[in-house]
Amino acid sequence: MVVPVSDGQSLPGPPLAYNSDLERLEIELLLEGVYRHYGFDFRSYAYASIRRRLWKRVEGEGLTTISELQARILHDPDAMERLLLDLSVNVTAMFRDPSFYKEFRERIIPLLRTYPFLRIWHAGCSTGEEVFSMAILLEEEGLYDRARLYATDINDVVLQRARQGIFPLDRMQEYTENYLRAGGKRSFSEYYTAKYDGALFNSALTRNIVFSQHNLVTDRSFAEFHVIFCRNVLIYFDKALQNRVHSLFYGSLVMFGVLALGSKESLKFSQYEPCYEKISQSEKLYRKVR
Amino acid sequence: MAASPGVGYDLVVVGTSWGGLAALRTLVSGLPDSFQMAVTIVQHRHKDSDHLLRTLLQERSSLVVCEVEDKMPLEHGHIYVAPPDYHTLVEPGHFSLSTDAPVRYSRPSIDVTFSSAADSYTHRTVGVVLTGANADGADGLRRISDRGGLALVQDPETAESKPMPEAARRAVPRARVMPLGGIIDYLSSLPAGVPEREDA
Repeated sequence: MVVPVSDGQSLPGPPLAYNSDLERLEIELLLEGVYRHYGFDFRSYAYASIRRRLWKRVEGEGLTTISELQARILHDPDAMERLLLDLSVNVTAMFRDPSFYKEFRERIIPLLRTYPFLRIWHAGCSTGEEVFSMAILLEEEGLYDRARLYATDINDVVLQRARQGIFPLDRMQEYTENYLRAGGKRSFSEYYTAKYDGALFNSALTRNIVFSQHNLVTDRSFAEFHVIFCRNVLIYFDKALQNRVHSLFYGSLVMFGVLALGSKESLKFSQYEPCYEKISQSEKLYRKVR
Repeated sequence: MAASPGVGYDLVVVGTSWGGLAALRTLVSGLPDSFQMAVTIVQHRHKDSDHLLRTLLQERSSLVVCEVEDKMPLEHGHIYVAPPDYHTLVEPGHFSLSTDAPVRYSRPSIDVTFSSAADSYTHRTVGVVLTGANADGADGLRRISDRGGLALVQDPETAESKPMPEAARRAVPRARVMPLGGIIDYLSSLPAGVPEREDA
């Protein structure tokens, strides 16, 4: 069996002779330029992943250096839009990590029943898959009518997509399996209508969702929440920025409010660990206790 | 020996897919208790896999085996397993995770981990490609080699599945090709550094 040696296309990166100090300088200059010209602050993003995403954009634009990309982005707002998508889209799925949603249903829902009104923040909601998942879960638990879900993202394009509530039809089999393993109580297909290659979700699900643009790096808190979801968003930030965002979350949660992180994220490496207690051994669910 | 005087290696990155579990169990059981480098293992597996791989490896090793979490520090003499459904990126002194799209249908992608290791640890990196049924790891191993790191490939004739080590050997002609036992002995004989501490 012959396995083709790759042409290098799948692994965007600097040319062999590239000097890594020079590369870092170019990346810092580009991010500084983006911040000062467009106001988007990616300067404290995790270096290895932003580097990877920048090289993908270099390749996508048919360029060869980060400096060339900088010139194009500063002079061409459309190129900035494309970069913004590259840098801010968080690939996710409905009921991603079904065991997380199952645990949420079993451990957190009983706590939430004690509140007359619920404010829930999905920080960095991207295209909205997990917000719709939570709306479905709350609906099935009879809590949706006293809840308001604030779904925010830095990127207006993905928010528009989230608002439409249309997800790719070819993912529905996977999402159905996730839903069932997450403890779903109905038939998943009740929630959407198939149209061409999209699944349009029942508009009743969005009745208590507020979508709005919010930048975790530069914007402040806008309410007090009972639950904050921020799953697989902070992984793109460096440790200093993670701590700043944790400070924002800490200040935005009611006492005993719940913080939900991605399954491979941990408060262990942040300064805020002492302020929370773990609610679950297996899932990243924390409660603010001080 | 590959290492010039005074040069040590900090990090070993290992990539494998089909047949990987048996090979990895042999590899980790063969590393001495005094092994100083940080070992990062990327094994292709289903996105819903649990902690079983970590447990099975820990059973065979006296070194600490951890599944990577975001921003986990790299410590010498530890073995790290890349979690399913994320890419594991190596930064100087710690890991970062990403949910970017799969690369060649794989997440974790061996190429992504290898190339970030090459960029962060350059000539202090050892890349090891073991048994596997696709070509992931070949580009990343070349990046490690190009940055002055060391490239090791399991002899395809001794691998449970040949395509992955064959592709790696083709991509990095100067890679050292040897059976698993030879890789264990070779790694054990290399001079080790200690992963650099982070500035922050």
